Amino acid sequence: MLLSLFTDWAFLLEKLTLVVAVVSIGLVVAMYSTWAERKVAGALQDRPGPNRAGWFGLLQPFADAIKLFSKEDIIPSKSNKILFVLGPGLAMLAAVMTSAVIPWGDKIVIAGREITLQVSDLDLGVLYVFAVVAMGVYGVMIGGWASNNKFSLLAAIRGASQNISYELAMGLSLIALLFLTGTLSLKGIVVGQQENGWNILYQPLGFLLFLVCAFAECNRTPFDLPEAENELNFGYHQEYSSMKLGFYLFAEYINMFMSSVLMATLYFGGYDIPFFNEAASTLNPTILGLLGFGALMTKTVLFILFFMWVRWTIPRFRYDQLMDLGWKKLLPLALINMLITAVVVLVKEYGWPW
Amino acid sequence: MYLLDALSTPAQYLPIAIQFAFGVLFVAGMIAISHFLGPKRNTSDKLDTFESGIEQIGNARQPMAIKYFLVAILFVLFDVEVIFFYPYALNFKSLGWEGFAAVCMFVTFFFAGFFYIYKKGALKWED
Repeated sequence: MLLSLFTDWAFLLEKLTLVVAVVSIGLVVAMYSTWAERKVAGALQDRPGPNRAGWFGLLQPFADAIKLFSKEDIIPSKSNKILFVLGPGLAMLAAVMTSAVIPWGDKIVIAGREITLQVSDLDLGVLYVFAVVAMGVYGVMIGGWASNNKFSLLAAIRGASQNISYELAMGLSLIALLFLTGTLSLKGIVVGQQENGWNILYQPLGFLLFLVCAFAECNRTPFDLPEAENELNFGYHQEYSSMKLGFYLFAEYINMFMSSVLMATLYFGGYDIPFFNEAASTLNPTILGLLGFGALMTKTVLFILFFMWVRWTIPRFRYDQLMDLGWKKLLPLALINMLITAVVVLVKEYGWPW
Repeated sequence: MYLLDALSTPAQYLPIAIQFAFGVLFVAGMIAISHFLGPKRNTSDKLDTFESGIEQIGNARQPMAIKYFLVAILFVLFDVEVIFFYPYALNFKSLGWEGFAAVCMFVTFFFAGFFYIYKKGALKWED
């Protein structure tokens, strides 16, 4: 079975094309997120933002990329050289791998061949995402340790303990969602939402918890303690330059994009087009698939804009406040949310037990 | 309702392996290219560790506050407990009230452990 797949060139080619497309979309969106962030910051602070390179400053991300790319690559003499290179590589690799299980759309037909717009529909989709997101912690930790810099090390340890703390609440907030969907496959979750309505209607508290945890996992303001400039100079990537620094910054924007996609997929119907019955429509499946992709991207962009709005509105937490919020508030809230959801679903299904 | 019609097979992981290979090539390629592209004018001062303008004092890898270590240990404990909920969540409807009673017991243990570390001050960050 597996051997025959290796020789199925059409299958391999299809998947390879899809992988390249998905990764490129992630990179392009991340690139333009940097532009959008500066534009949003400009709008909120009543100034124009980047407007020199190209029309509306649209070429700014390319200029930044070329600059980062051609800078001198410095590896400090006191650092651990192999780990120093491995750190940003791992951070970027983890960011790139998340997109593999996201259903980007239903399917399109090219030359009579049905192509599902998902790299792989794993049964364990949600767990896979958690596994890969957890790998991102290694990038931060290894990079900060290898730098042999006091600020980097402190920032890395802070970042690692922040990420793992919020991973707990994130995992718990999703369990209530799984009670409703009954499947870990992201595609299954989207199909379920097309039939029963979006999960945000049933899980408002769960979504709120997931949103807060997503902010913390992405190290975004108000949780950007690993990069608190006034306390730690520049954070865990202080010793980095050139594309290695670029990878750290880029991985952060890709993570923001991926968590936006994930929130849209888990709670806002994914590629489901609102007020439109996909199953009963007579549209060409290719057009329908592309429309679904458009719907997902629209929701995602709205979430990314929300991330940016929050960044320029809320000041940073103190570290003890951050830990209090994660452990003492989000964790019990997620557990209570889980129990309430379970009771409601069971009452609807079986009635009261007494 | 979407059914798990396809059982988990190694074939499902083949596209992920493709993506992994692509990711590794991309990351390694970019780091290698940018390494050879940029200028190389190394001086011993430039390669020194940055410490706000003064010379580095001692090694950076000194013992850190035990709090961080404690958080990591607690994470391992609690994350394992969270993972136990996942198989239950998938079979939740078929297990019914009986399964729920069992999980309530588990949640009580979870809360007991949580209450214990809370009272012990493991989550206390402000001095």
